[in-house]
Amino acid sequence: MFRSSILCLLLFLFATPAFATEHLRLATTTSTENSGLLRELLPPFETANNCQVDVIAVGTGKAIKLGETGDVDVILVHARSKEDKFVAEGYGVDRRDVMYNDFVILGPANDPAGISGTQVAAAAFKKIAMAGATFVSRGDDSGTNTREKQLWKAAGIVPQGDWYLEAGRGMGEVLTMADERRGYTLSDRGTFLAYRDKIELKVMTEGDKQLFNPYGVIMVNPVKQPHVKVKLAQKFLDFLTSPTAKKLITGYRRGGEQLFYVAD
Amino acid sequence: MGYLFESLSTALGMILHLNREVLSAVGTSLYTSLVATLLSTIIGVPFGACVGLGRFPGRRLILTLLNTLMALPTVVVGLVLFGLFSRQGPLGSLGLLFTPWAMIAGQTVLATPIVANFVLTAVNGSDPRIMDTVLTLGASRFQAGVQLLKEIRFGVMAALIAGFGRVIAEVGVAMMLGGNIRGVTRTMTTAIALETSKGEFAFGLSLGIVLLSVALIVNLFLNFLQQR
Repeated sequence: MFRSSILCLLLFLFATPAFATEHLRLATTTSTENSGLLRELLPPFETANNCQVDVIAVGTGKAIKLGETGDVDVILVHARSKEDKFVAEGYGVDRRDVMYNDFVILGPANDPAGISGTQVAAAAFKKIAMAGATFVSRGDDSGTNTREKQLWKAAGIVPQGDWYLEAGRGMGEVLTMADERRGYTLSDRGTFLAYRDKIELKVMTEGDKQLFNPYGVIMVNPVKQPHVKVKLAQKFLDFLTSPTAKKLITGYRRGGEQLFYVAD
Repeated sequence: MGYLFESLSTALGMILHLNREVLSAVGTSLYTSLVATLLSTIIGVPFGACVGLGRFPGRRLILTLLNTLMALPTVVVGLVLFGLFSRQGPLGSLGLLFTPWAMIAGQTVLATPIVANFVLTAVNGSDPRIMDTVLTLGASRFQAGVQLLKEIRFGVMAALIAGFGRVIAEVGVAMMLGGNIRGVTRTMTTAIALETSKGEFAFGLSLGIVLLSVALIVNLFLNFLQQR
């Protein structure tokens, strides 16, 4: 009895699934994963190459860090300045544009700072700061947070004070927080659409060039990290920029709305 | 209230229809937690018994340390092991980060102090004459130790249950070291965290209900073993 139970335990311990298929590690942002796009986009690639893409969804800042330490093979992120730095410092190679969507400035329906209809994002930010209206920031070094900081800089404002709340959470949590606190926030459109029915925040400013949000894919430099699966990663980059992927991206709908666009 | 009812019915639906993704998350949760509990038993039980029985200098310090380690924050364990397992870290060449094994390692670190502490308390609470009696009857020290563990088997079982409870419910280590990869390292708790971040609160809560049901089944099983 005792011996057989030990045997069972050992079997159980070593009965990890055999990894016949190759795994490609992709660090990406929560926005791409949460939008559900990857579930449409990855399976055709996985079937064609008999591999599995392991998706690690974190903020852009952390995704880039994982690329620097070589813990992933490929990153798909949205913070152009950081991406360029990543490549310039030799951590990544072969950066390619994949798709884009846009950011929106959200606020409570009663709009205490009176920004509704303001076309320029930086001007809207300035009004929020002047009115001292509550603003919830991601505060997590994500792509959205990076863009938000750039906008504050463009507005000539150093955001601080009891109206500026740094949440340090993901986009979804921040939307909920901004909604509960009746504050403003900056969000990617995809996450906002996913949350639209659960919150009362309204789009205040949209369409400004400053709110354009491009996503890039970068392979981790195999010279620095010899264990990177170069061939598979290369195929992945080719796939993401192929007509097949473009069709999947532009065809992806959530609640009847298109979330991502591809550059022509 | 509607929100709670919705979660409850979704949870029932998931259990009845054996949703594949939920099953995979349940499987990963159970696998990592059970292996981690097993490993922490192998380390924690002898350690707890030795500290409980022994009288040596520094024993009080070890007791205090063990008590402190019970309060070990999961994120700190995650951070330390992340540094070890990352490609940049000393164990990087093993490629363990973002695999179930990294999670098991982290959970073992979390559960071991709890198991050791429970066993230690059980040993202290046992009749001190057991060891002496068995030793006078001609048993070796090892045999005497085994006999003692048999005497305090309820305490050992409680230690396992507490250790298992700690690791199956934690999210910090699983998220940091596992990476929440769908079908590979996604556990019940990281799935709940993900659904919450997506704003699917009702779905997240239903996963929570499924997790509790799984824990209930495991505990019923352990209870059954204890009765025998």
